[in-house]
Amino acid sequence: MVEIAVKKELQGAQGIIPLDVQLKIQKGEFLAITGRSGSGKSTLLRIIAGLEDADGIIKVEDEEWLTHTHKLAIQKRSIGFVFQDYALFENMTVKEHLLFVQKDEKLAHELLQMMELTGLASRYPKNLSGGQKQRVAIARALMRKPKLLLLDEPLSALDPQMRIKLQHELLELHKRFETTTIMVSHDPAEIQKLASSVYKLQDGALLKA
Amino acid sequence: MSFEPFYLSFKLASLTTLILFCIALPLAWYLSQTRSMAKPFLETLTALPIVLPPSVLGFYLLWALSPDAAIGAFFEEHFGIKLVFSFTGLVVASCFYSLPFMVQPLQNGFESLNRHMIEASYIAGKSRLQTLFYVALPNMKPALLTALIITFAHTVGEFGVVLMVGGSIPGETKVASVAIYEMVETMEYGTAHIYSAIMLALSFVVLLSAYFFNALQKRRRF
Repeated sequence: MVEIAVKKELQGAQGIIPLDVQLKIQKGEFLAITGRSGSGKSTLLRIIAGLEDADGIIKVEDEEWLTHTHKLAIQKRSIGFVFQDYALFENMTVKEHLLFVQKDEKLAHELLQMMELTGLASRYPKNLSGGQKQRVAIARALMRKPKLLLLDEPLSALDPQMRIKLQHELLELHKRFETTTIMVSHDPAEIQKLASSVYKLQDGALLKA
Repeated sequence: MSFEPFYLSFKLASLTTLILFCIALPLAWYLSQTRSMAKPFLETLTALPIVLPPSVLGFYLLWALSPDAAIGAFFEEHFGIKLVFSFTGLVVASCFYSLPFMVQPLQNGFESLNRHMIEASYIAGKSRLQTLFYVALPNMKPALLTALIITFAHTVGEFGVVLMVGGSIPGETKVASVAIYEMVETMEYGTAHIYSAIMLALSFVVLLSAYFFNALQKRRRF
């Protein structure tokens, strides 16, 4: 169970938007958040990860990640985060990416296999296609066996064919690891295919869609 | 003809580069990551040696490091180290003089890294220090090399500050640039020519190697 109740003032194009979000997510749920660009979707994910400050409460299972008086360090939050721009480490091979997170050869091997990356294990990011890069990023995010997986428009930079393929892989990964997931997406088909519940972020508030 | 001034210049530049790297690395990393209001002040202080006349910097250092001032007296009393007209004093002065040449390329390097890449490392559970050494530095080799080379070359090339703080003691503070100045003063143009040609050639080679390496790195990256 993940409980989120956070407030933050966002600098929008039309002045300040008060972000005021309340959200409860069941363990293993795949939740999608949609909304216009600039509505604060990415900021919300970043607050949950600890990358941005906010006032409020975040509870993940029995851990308090954010209270009114305390903020748990990013490093101590059991999180996987997938950025739209992959954010790979240019100096590491595909396999090194996974082992950098956790020295768990067995899990790395399994993830490489599931993401069809075994043959690319010793390649550097500059020698990978967009789809391959994002698979590395997803595998890296799962190496920590996170309690919460945050996907920030993970597939929006990819061509339609690759998107469909990766949507399928995300679904398989979710079945295998049952990681509680929050995905920000603009694509209705993608949301319908992956998510069990959908919310819309509008004027700083989260509405069930 | 003695090559001692060259040896001194290179010893001074090597030590200064080494010490400044250790000081500037955390400073540049902090400056690149912070949103604090202290940042512009720190950046200004760091950049001052670029705009100040070497004589001003040299004068203040001479004043601060002399045994009559608190800092100079402290070092002389407790460690028996004389900070003016000594090689140690030159190293201290050079560290101030060359500070911006180490900090600025490193800071630019850190700031040009993809912010998400650094955040991905934190999310992977890695501390700031681990992120610095395993993610940030390996991905900014050209900036790293530029900082080291330019600091080294700039220290070899300094003249005003070393003359004021160190004077011209043979084997102690008489570095190549000071030696050349003295030769010209005493009209030893022949030796001055040789010394100057050596400085020119060495500086050219050092800078060329840095730019060459950076060109290679860029080609590999894209």
